[in-house]
Amino acid sequence: MRTIILKTASNYLLPLLLLFSVFILLRGHYQPGGGFVGGLVASIAFVLHAFANGLKSTQEFLRYHPGIAIPIGLTISLLSGVLPLLSGLPFMKGSWFKDPVPVIGMVGSPLFFDIGVFFVVIGVTLTILFTISETAQE
Amino acid sequence: MIVAVLSGFIVAILLIFFGKYFRGKASVAFSALPLALFVYFLSMVPVVSSGNTLSSGLRWIPSLNVHLNFFADGLSLLFALLITGIGFLVFLYASNYLKGHIYIDRFFGYLSMFMGSMLGLVLSDNVLTLFIFWELTSISSFFLIGFDNDNEESRKNSLLALAITGGGGFFLLAGFILLGYVGGTLSIQEMLQLSEVIKGHQLYPWILAFVVAGAFTKSAQFPFHFWLPGAMKAPTPVSAYLHSATMVKAGIYLLARFTPVLGSHYYWNTTLLIIGAITMLYAAFHAIIRTDLKSILAYSTVSALGMLTFLIGLGTKEALIAASVFILVHALYKAALFLTAGVIDHETGIRDVTKLAGLRKVLLPVAIGGTLAALSNAGIPFTFGFLGKDLIYEATLAFEDFGIWFTAAAVITNIFLLYAGFIAGIKPFTGKLPVAYKDVHLPSAALWLPALLLGVAGLFFGVFPAVIDKSIIQPVVLAIHGSAVDIPLKIWHGFNKVLLLSIITITAGFFLFYFINPSNRYVKFIGKIDFLSPQQILSNGAYKIQHFSTWYTKTLQNGYLRLYVMVIVFFLMALLAYKLFTGVYIYIDSSQFHELTLYEVMVTGIMFIAILITVLTSSRLTAVASMGVVGYCLCLLFVFYSAPDLAMTQFTIDTLTVVLFVLVLFKLPPFISFANTAVKIRDAVIALSFGSLISIIALEVLNETVEKETSIFYGENSYALAKGKNIVNVILVDFRGMDTLVEIIVLTIAAIGVFSLLKFKISANENDHV
Repeated sequence: MRTIILKTASNYLLPLLLLFSVFILLRGHYQPGGGFVGGLVASIAFVLHAFANGLKSTQEFLRYHPGIAIPIGLTISLLSGVLPLLSGLPFMKGSWFKDPVPVIGMVGSPLFFDIGVFFVVIGVTLTILFTISETAQE
Repeated sequence: MIVAVLSGFIVAILLIFFGKYFRGKASVAFSALPLALFVYFLSMVPVVSSGNTLSSGLRWIPSLNVHLNFFADGLSLLFALLITGIGFLVFLYASNYLKGHIYIDRFFGYLSMFMGSMLGLVLSDNVLTLFIFWELTSISSFFLIGFDNDNEESRKNSLLALAITGGGGFFLLAGFILLGYVGGTLSIQEMLQLSEVIKGHQLYPWILAFVVAGAFTKSAQFPFHFWLPGAMKAPTPVSAYLHSATMVKAGIYLLARFTPVLGSHYYWNTTLLIIGAITMLYAAFHAIIRTDLKSILAYSTVSALGMLTFLIGLGTKEALIAASVFILVHALYKAALFLTAGVIDHETGIRDVTKLAGLRKVLLPVAIGGTLAALSNAGIPFTFGFLGKDLIYEATLAFEDFGIWFTAAAVITNIFLLYAGFIAGIKPFTGKLPVAYKDVHLPSAALWLPALLLGVAGLFFGVFPAVIDKSIIQPVVLAIHGSAVDIPLKIWHGFNKVLLLSIITITAGFFLFYFINPSNRYVKFIGKIDFLSPQQILSNGAYKIQHFSTWYTKTLQNGYLRLYVMVIVFFLMALLAYKLFTGVYIYIDSSQFHELTLYEVMVTGIMFIAILITVLTSSRLTAVASMGVVGYCLCLLFVFYSAPDLAMTQFTIDTLTVVLFVLVLFKLPPFISFANTAVKIRDAVIALSFGSLISIIALEVLNETVEKETSIFYGENSYALAKGKNIVNVILVDFRGMDTLVEIIVLTIAAIGVFSLLKFKISANENDHV
């Protein structure tokens, strides 16, 4: 299954797809997209890389176990919900910066929540897929 | 009061961390807790005896109207004093009884937890908190019965006790919820004012049945009595504390507590009278034919509990006074008898009364304690039991309709109980000391002093009833009966029928004691008709259920994914089809269809071909790939119908699913067609009917008037409130953000599940144990 073409392509596709996934994540608030789909796209990027170069090399490339993204994402999401509590607002109350940031657009707590979702989805998907494929190869 | 109730739990929790420092002699220190609480509750006596109630509260779950509200009236206080007073003696006793046991800290943890829950139970004003504490007593009792967890019998009996009392707890909860619904309040004190409303309500019989079921299971009334003799597997201090003096009286407490609310009703009185009478006679009969010390005491406890239920069922003023006194009388003498039995068991290792004799020569203080308790139990004049028995006879005689029969039942029960008490409290100490026990020596005071104190207390209250008359008993009667009653306790009532009955009881009891020796013969006889006992019937029933569930599980949960899918689809189909063909008029409104576009026709055509390939191919990889094609086509349809978010997600998910399939394919065995034609036809029929059913429903939806309220709300507010233009995403991260948060947690759990299932395999060695 390992072809030169796919291998070479995947090396270029990986950063592109990752960039695309971030794009999807950020545009989610105004146009179709969001953390969930973005996370899935990012996972596909890594899965494609693993298909082309073998699971080992993707794992080496990642350095850390993809599962590590789960607690990071959960923490970000939870924090974005908890932070409004500090200023006396209800849990998960959305709050925004007044002016839009260039490129990204409006920045607010829901965006951070979505970023958390993004990481959790990447972590979950890659953990499941990598675990199953490792077991299958044994 | 909150601190008093919770202190038991706090100690239990602290013991998890500091338990190891209390395994040695320091375990005596635990008895300081019940002692302090006893003094605290004693200090309440003056206030309560003047007719007031003390209360304190803490708002706990306001949205459910569940509050930690506690109040102490006469009834609560009597129980609180019993719980802490006897608790103190039992704690003291246990620290010596279990000396050197490696888990003694654990034992005291359970015991403190029990004490806390029991206090909470009797002091709660809110019925739901009462229920929580009620269940906590069952749970702590479970741990205490099964304390000796190496013993299979212990484990079995603790489970039995939990099953019976816990099952009763469910009924109690149902009863309380109905009570709250009918009365509109969860506070017991407020319910007291609503007695007429509740009794007049059509749900009253249900409330009665549920509450009484809870009380009967807890207080071991026939036919649920059998868990109590089984519970005697617990260490003896536990039997003395939980299974005679306090926990089993929780049911009695409940009945007494709700007498002013539910009582004085034909159903209430009849139920309690009949069950109470059956229990007291049945158990008294069992008590006299047993030879094991603790068995005798267990059955006589059941009998006494029956007597209390019976008295509350009589419901007259005299009967309620008698019940109030008898609760105290019984707690004092029965705890003393248990503690005595515990010492005998501890020192000689034998509990068979046919083998015990002459122990007074070596265990004199224990003998005095036991004898005093047995005398109080017998109702010999100048003991507290005498007062109790007189009041019972007065109550039954005063009852008009069946007074004679009730009196007869009470007399017979009392004769049997007297015999049982003598066998347990006096017989082991009389006669010649067998050689085997020559070396038995008196244990430390912590073991014999509690029983002696309780015995002396019984004598003291018998001689000076005025000490507790106004201060303790009358507030109890006030709480149960609802009005102040003035019948001072007297030692001497003059020559009347009551005295005559007392004399008959005592004489007959003595005759029994002198002429009938306990022997194993009777127990063997009972063993033959064991299959008729409620316990056997119940456990056979439980066996049948177990068999059924094994069969059921093996049939429906056989581990093949195809079967699970089939069952789920089939069931869903049955439900939907039933609903569709009974309540819905099916017609298809073709006017709402818009014209087919070329794209749609093409995509559907591709889908159809892909499905055919999936079904017909003999290569797994092809099947998976064509399934992926079906999924992509679906995404296209979503795009056509302007659901881009859905399409994107579906698209990525589909990709990943195909990848997942391909990854697993290596693992699967080569593709072999297992299914024969019949199976294939069956599956095709199921699949086709499911598909058509869903199509029909989808078409039917068009006919329904659409409620657009929700989508309009989100459409209008998504930018205004959440500053987002993509409604789907705004709903996900803002409006229903909480749902999403929970969903990502679920995802996490799924990932952990997959990871741990696949990575941490059980090695062959471990597998043997499973």
